[in-house]
Amino acid sequence: MIFEYAPAPESRSVVTLRETYELFVDGAFTPAEGGEYLTTLNPADETKLAQVAVAGPADVDRAVAAARRAHETVWSRMPAAERGKYLFRIARIIQERSRELAVLESMDNGKPIKETRDVDLPLVAAHFFYYAGWADKLAHAGLGPDPRPLGVAAQVIPWNFPLLMLAWKIAPALATGNTVVLKPAETTPLTALAFAEICQEADLPPGVVNILTGAGETGRALVEHPGTDKVAFTGSTDVGRQIARSVAGTDKRLTLELGGKGANIVYDDAAIDQAVEGIVSGIFFNQGHVCCAGSRLLVQESIAEELMPLLKARISRLRLGDPLDKNTDIGAINSAAQLERIRELTDTGEAEGAERWSPACDLPQSGYWFAPTVLTGVSQAHRVAREEIFGPVLSVLTFRTPEEAVAKANNTPYGLSAGVWTEKGSRMLWTAERLRAGVIWSNTFNKLDPTSPFGGYKESGYGREGGRHGLEAYLG
Amino acid sequence: MAERRNTRKAARGTAEAGGGTDGPAPSRLAVRKTYKLYLGGAFPRSESGRSYPVTSDSGQHLANASLASRKDARDAVSAARKAFGGWSTRTAYNRGQILYRVAEVLEGRRDQFTAQAVAAQGLSRAEADRVVSAAVDRWVYYAGWTDKVAQVLGGANPVSGPYYNHSAPEPTGVVAVLAPQHAPLLGLTSVVAPVIATGNTAVVVTSETAPLAAIDLAEVLATSDLPGGVVNLLTGRVPELGPHLAAHADVNALDLTGAGGLAVEFERAAATTLTRVLRPGPGTDGGEEAWLDPDPGTARMTPFLETKTVWHPVGT
Amino acid sequence: MPVPHTAFAPEATTNRALRAFLHGLPGVDEVGARARAQDLSTRSVKTTAKAQAIDLAISMVDLTTLEGADTPGKVRALCAKAAHPDPTDRTVPRVGAVCVYSDMVATAVDALRGTGVGVASVATAFPSGRAPMEAKLADTRRAVADGAGEIDMVIDRGAFLSGDYLKVFEEITAVKEACGTAHLKVILETGELVTYDNVRRASHLAIRAGGDFVKTSTGKVSPAATLPVTLVMLEAVRDHHAATGRHVGVKPAGGIRTTKDAIRNLVLVNEVAGPDWLTPDLFRIGASSLLNDLLMQRTRLSTGTYPSPDYYTLD
Repeated sequence: MIFEYAPAPESRSVVTLRETYELFVDGAFTPAEGGEYLTTLNPADETKLAQVAVAGPADVDRAVAAARRAHETVWSRMPAAERGKYLFRIARIIQERSRELAVLESMDNGKPIKETRDVDLPLVAAHFFYYAGWADKLAHAGLGPDPRPLGVAAQVIPWNFPLLMLAWKIAPALATGNTVVLKPAETTPLTALAFAEICQEADLPPGVVNILTGAGETGRALVEHPGTDKVAFTGSTDVGRQIARSVAGTDKRLTLELGGKGANIVYDDAAIDQAVEGIVSGIFFNQGHVCCAGSRLLVQESIAEELMPLLKARISRLRLGDPLDKNTDIGAINSAAQLERIRELTDTGEAEGAERWSPACDLPQSGYWFAPTVLTGVSQAHRVAREEIFGPVLSVLTFRTPEEAVAKANNTPYGLSAGVWTEKGSRMLWTAERLRAGVIWSNTFNKLDPTSPFGGYKESGYGREGGRHGLEAYLG
Repeated sequence: MAERRNTRKAARGTAEAGGGTDGPAPSRLAVRKTYKLYLGGAFPRSESGRSYPVTSDSGQHLANASLASRKDARDAVSAARKAFGGWSTRTAYNRGQILYRVAEVLEGRRDQFTAQAVAAQGLSRAEADRVVSAAVDRWVYYAGWTDKVAQVLGGANPVSGPYYNHSAPEPTGVVAVLAPQHAPLLGLTSVVAPVIATGNTAVVVTSETAPLAAIDLAEVLATSDLPGGVVNLLTGRVPELGPHLAAHADVNALDLTGAGGLAVEFERAAATTLTRVLRPGPGTDGGEEAWLDPDPGTARMTPFLETKTVWHPVGT
Repeated sequence: MPVPHTAFAPEATTNRALRAFLHGLPGVDEVGARARAQDLSTRSVKTTAKAQAIDLAISMVDLTTLEGADTPGKVRALCAKAAHPDPTDRTVPRVGAVCVYSDMVATAVDALRGTGVGVASVATAFPSGRAPMEAKLADTRRAVADGAGEIDMVIDRGAFLSGDYLKVFEEITAVKEACGTAHLKVILETGELVTYDNVRRASHLAIRAGGDFVKTSTGKVSPAATLPVTLVMLEAVRDHHAATGRHVGVKPAGGIRTTKDAIRNLVLVNEVAGPDWLTPDLFRIGASSLLNDLLMQRTRLSTGTYPSPDYYTLD
């Protein structure tokens, strides 16, 4: 028989959208001086959600000045324990408003409510909770007896985990006594603005957190502003390079969390059903809009024939559609531009000789959608094995020996994440030791935790976010 | 080359015993040392065939040093890359043993280095003695760090779930070091030792004006069981070699201590491949005395370390 | 019938061959299996899908009484309920079978004659399985002779845990032979096997030995039918089918008390083994109190109001 799940949409009524959102500077929502706005869409149906102010250079000046003032007069002078209590308070408000924020995130980003509800929001609250506790314990962090905040941090975050990336940036910065000016991504500004309201609700002193919305130009103005002490960026490697270039010759500290082309190595003794799950979550979690995605499956040749049918059967079970439906596994691609890039690269893969497979899958009429896709017969030389697609597209390569697996896994300018699947402990450790990547998931994938440092080797960026290591980026 | 001929007529320094030029011919002619590069464990001349004169603090000609070329720099990066796999996977204990061995061999040759410092840098005997002692002790200091840095910087992370989660520092790879210009022995030791203590391999551009101590040190390294290619020393000019190393895609990190006015330009070039950069610190442009702090801590190691975090489920 | 895949067919049935086969199966990562089961349990099954699922679940229930205090009266009452779970609503499907001890089979067969509800009997010294082989076979033959169409045997967990796979295998084949045409469900008692690797191995062993169903538990040991255990068993029957073309059923039993639990099981069946298994021929739920909850939810769904337990019979 056919057991079709009826639609189970999460209610939108928990979210009240305003028509227009202004910049959050010095504790208040204020219009941008240029009076310009951009529109943020729901990528699942291309409907307009709201218009959002575009910050220009004058607004950046204003926000940086507010952050500086707040740093000097309030935030760095406050007893550290009190600073921590603000963060605890923020963590609690996030928990209280988590359903609203999850729905808002799914609407603005296109990711399934299952993920925003069960992954993003719990991690956001946990991140604030974790760093809150650090605020009055920094002398014990192993970074010297009297670590000092840097001052004002300029932070630019991407659209793939809007609120989670905000938490990764703001929580450690505030805990260490810095103040921030943060720019959310152009296509996903709404949860950051909701966070601004939470700052108000928490009575956070004005200027400690400033949120500037806008596109690339706003981001550039912010990271190049001479009045900040620290730049933290998560996004593409290309922009990361430009930022690294622009901070040269300044005293600014820099952390970059950039792209990846993670290898997921499956040995022939792997727990095969869990490996299949790991492969699926590795590439289809968040539509593959994940810098640490396991976008290159390296499967041992001796098991490929057994694994691939299981994998394809599993992928066929993925449910693509309305992000607010609780049973949706794959939501919408975040933007038309991103969809175009995914299409272009995937087509290239096919043209270069890879075999392309997708399950039978109805795509909704409106919105930005891309069916889960597997490219087999991929070789290291193919563009799809080298370039980050940032979409639900898995490139499958094979290997014969552990040495070959490691060599292929490391054969990339990136070095953010990698996966290893084997039931043999010594082989797992051998492999993990040799992989040149900042996060190694063995017999699991795409797990994140506030206590666990995250960040890349090589062109995946530098510095770590999360854990005790994440404090280092904000202390001098 | 006219300048060179003139300089050559100047007195040889006291670094070479019995090398005086005044008076009657000596009873025995001293054998002078040819200063070459240190590349992949060997002492080749520059592939360019070029050399440049090195003079003492007071202008006396001391020797000719090889003038390393861009191709030498490229070879040095290749040698360092080749050595990285073996060096980084040696046990920390073994790396510590080797660094300690460097200290032992250096201690045994301290007279040579003291005389060198007096001649080349114009230090007093007592100052030179102090600098050489500090250099020996610096190797001992980092020998002790090799098997502690992972414990200090790494550890278990209590993640919320049934996972074992552990972070540990790993060497970033090949580090190009622009060594201090005015601290040719202690300064050089202070920037090279932390790089290799942590398992990186190094391509070092030595002090341009005082490169001889570096090559003498290379002889110490070469006889201390340090595998070839772990440290590669290029004598030559930062403006010539620096841009090439800063932009080299196979260089993972860049120590700009001796970059002088070119530091910003090099940092920009390094951005292209997201090469890690250690900016020049305060005071590092000074002489050997700027490097005397006996406990420099982890500050020169952490910039060349990556944190790797490994997750594994815990279950039956 | 397709020829069995060689990997699933040890040539000679020796303990060494069985061991090589069972230990050659892929491992199961406990955390990963639990995570997958947890993920599937967040599926939201509402409205029409829920109505469909409730009726399907009712038809899969093996309505069970396995108490020392069982009497013919108790068994007859249970049978009445099995045939007409809700006397006031004839659209409610009948359950899959009634499951009783072997000495109650005759009573149940009598009570269910003409209803279409099957009679299942536990056998082989249920629940511990600790009895001489002759006793186990006698138990089975008696139940079959009295009209049981399904036999729920227990495996010798002691033998399994001590590595004597051949003993377990031979007991199953012997009981299977004693069953004649009756369907054989093999109870693994996963709560005593403890690890998911063992669950996977025992499932394949039972399947190899000829079991028509693999069943999680006796209901007398905790934990009984957990979602990850059922997941691993569903993977075993799925893989066996892929290799040989033969369908083997799965029966979680014990601890499934609510409609939500039952629907989670159906989601698991749907997404792990596939829709082929969404039939009482291949999936059963061993339960007693579950039926009333399914009936209550059924009423709530059709009337929109929450009914009181007082409206449902206690049997």
